[in-house]
Amino acid sequence: MSATPVLALRGVSKRFGAVQALTDVDLEIQPGEVVALVGDNGAGKSTLVKTISGVHPIDEGAIEWDGKPVHVNRPQDAQNLGIATVYQDLALCDNLDVVANLFLGSEIRRGTILDEIAMEKRAKELLDTLSIRIPSVRIPVASLSGGQRQVVAIARALVGDPKVVILDEPTAALGVEQTAQVLDLVERLRERGHGVILISHNMEDVRAVADKVAVLRLGRNNGVFDVKTTSHEVIISAITGATDNAVTRRKARTATASVTATAAKEDAK
Amino acid sequence: MSDLAKTPEKSEAPEADAAAAPAAPAVDPRLLVREEGFKGYLTEFTRKVRGGELGSLPVVLGLIVIAIVFQTQNSSFLSASSLANIAVYSSGMGIMAVGIVFVLLLGEIDLSVGSIAGVGAAIWAVLQVSNGWNGWVAIAVALLAGLALGLLNGFFFAKIGVPAFVVTLAGFLGWSGFQIWLMGKEGSINTPSGSFVENLTSYYFEDKIAAYGLAIAAILLYGLSQFLDSKRRRAAALPARPTSEIALRTGVVAVLCLVVAYVLNEPQGARGLPLALVLFLAVLLIADFVARRTTFGRQVFAVGGNAEAARRAGISVDRIRITVFGLSGLLAAFGGLFLASLSGGATKSVGANNTLMLVIAAAVIGGTSLFGGRGKVWSALLGMIVIQAIQQGLNMLGMASEIQYMITGAVLLAAVVIDSLSRKTQKTAGRA
Repeated sequence: MSATPVLALRGVSKRFGAVQALTDVDLEIQPGEVVALVGDNGAGKSTLVKTISGVHPIDEGAIEWDGKPVHVNRPQDAQNLGIATVYQDLALCDNLDVVANLFLGSEIRRGTILDEIAMEKRAKELLDTLSIRIPSVRIPVASLSGGQRQVVAIARALVGDPKVVILDEPTAALGVEQTAQVLDLVERLRERGHGVILISHNMEDVRAVADKVAVLRLGRNNGVFDVKTTSHEVIISAITGATDNAVTRRKARTATASVTATAAKEDAK
Repeated sequence: MSDLAKTPEKSEAPEADAAAAPAAPAVDPRLLVREEGFKGYLTEFTRKVRGGELGSLPVVLGLIVIAIVFQTQNSSFLSASSLANIAVYSSGMGIMAVGIVFVLLLGEIDLSVGSIAGVGAAIWAVLQVSNGWNGWVAIAVALLAGLALGLLNGFFFAKIGVPAFVVTLAGFLGWSGFQIWLMGKEGSINTPSGSFVENLTSYYFEDKIAAYGLAIAAILLYGLSQFLDSKRRRAAALPARPTSEIALRTGVVAVLCLVVAYVLNEPQGARGLPLALVLFLAVLLIADFVARRTTFGRQVFAVGGNAEAARRAGISVDRIRITVFGLSGLLAAFGGLFLASLSGGATKSVGANNTLMLVIAAAVIGGTSLFGGRGKVWSALLGMIVIQAIQQGLNMLGMASEIQYMITGAVLLAAVVIDSLSRKTQKTAGRA
């Protein structure tokens, strides 16, 4: 991991009035790497994503792109760099059809005229390569189901061929099959060399696709772990803030053991 | 250890996926696929109407009802001069309504268009008549003034964050005061005879070639663009309109255009093609093209549908909003010149009274939603024709203006009710 990260945050801080949402946060994403960003509610995950994607400019610290410091003050800045974000609240225009939504902000044109045919063709190709099934690319997004809207939102992020894709809880509202499809999609993104930041509360999803897990707690870094070599408990305790040492882990184990023991006694009676 | 546990699961997934992918159809099997040909067109149409996507249907039905009712009351309602009158009187306010359509697409409202129209007329008259400027320069200054006032509205709305309703209400009061101040000394300024503004609503292309030529050009252009579009779509292996449907659509357009041209040219009392109508149609065509075929138009719809999503997609929402209000102001000033032409000159009351309400009513009656993101530029034409047809009919029957107000009010209410109901139906049918 000595290569220059495609995106790096160095000591990023963000305040909202009296609330210090992020303090001195560091994060690195290599190309072709899936970094899961986890943390409890209010840990600052969504705020961090919004600073990267230009929705909220950072107060302090630096954002580096391919090793060079950059300023991300507007969503356009992030887009121009090659950062695409899929927001939790999806951010699709209900009144526009799938094609229009996919290419919103990066329309294909012939001169000054929209090239609907080229857009529709590319939309179909894109949805096909991602194995996304949608009734028609010409119906308004309003008439799609939650899962379909989610995959459209993800496909939308890939239109500009970004280098880094940020997914904010992409599986939160999805069924079993749809979740599996989104996870497949994440793996396909990694195969294609995109850097992926995946925010999720679901540790199963994180362990299934992520390479690294970055934990945020109360707006600060609380460790970066390699998924393959780190146990579930270590990550959980980093999220919840339990001190990570053998004593606490043992204590937790004996506590649960004694609880089960007493429960067993109760049952026996 | 966990490495080992993970590997089989991971290597399996892509394989299973690769095996499943070819078997899975690219199209969702639940989709109701439209049948080819005329029958498919009809079933699609019924489905859309049932789902609440009424489009222009209520307006067209309304126009037919209006035509039948007034024609039975007064047999000259459908005469050439009466219809030409409706067309000419529709033009000025119709052009203003085009601007309002864009504002409504954003989900906003512009209450200042009537006053801006008055200011535009006043500036033109003061410059050309009182100060002896060249007519074209005076018109250009009037239009630019309208643009500037609209941009100012947009600035306060988009950048300062004042609700558009309040900004344009302030504009409504303020600019009508400005208009009266401009007209101050004279009170009213007559249009000079032979000036372009006088010709705006009084000039007719009497040569029959004008109306027929325009109609045929429109038919050819429509048919050709549909045909080429469908050809390109087929070449790109995309679903395309079948030739039978293109023929049907072109046929409908052809009948409409030729009937209008015939009525303008042939019957007793026909005076030919009105210049006002030509300019109105030109504005409509350009605006429709901008709305549907350009990035700007797409972004207007996006901002009207979900402003935050548009912002996150990298669209400069403020810029779109300011531009749309500027466009509304520009078209309002242009429409104001028509209104001045109709009333024989710029006065303190051009664009006052019910002008604003009729303009907004036209856009809504024509089928543009008040809730943003849904509508067509052509609704300005349809809605304004409905309003002017009612006014013309009631005038012919000698009804007092108070009755006209009440009836126009009822029509507007009916249009908004239809809009709200169709939105509800669209929601239950999953199309909104």
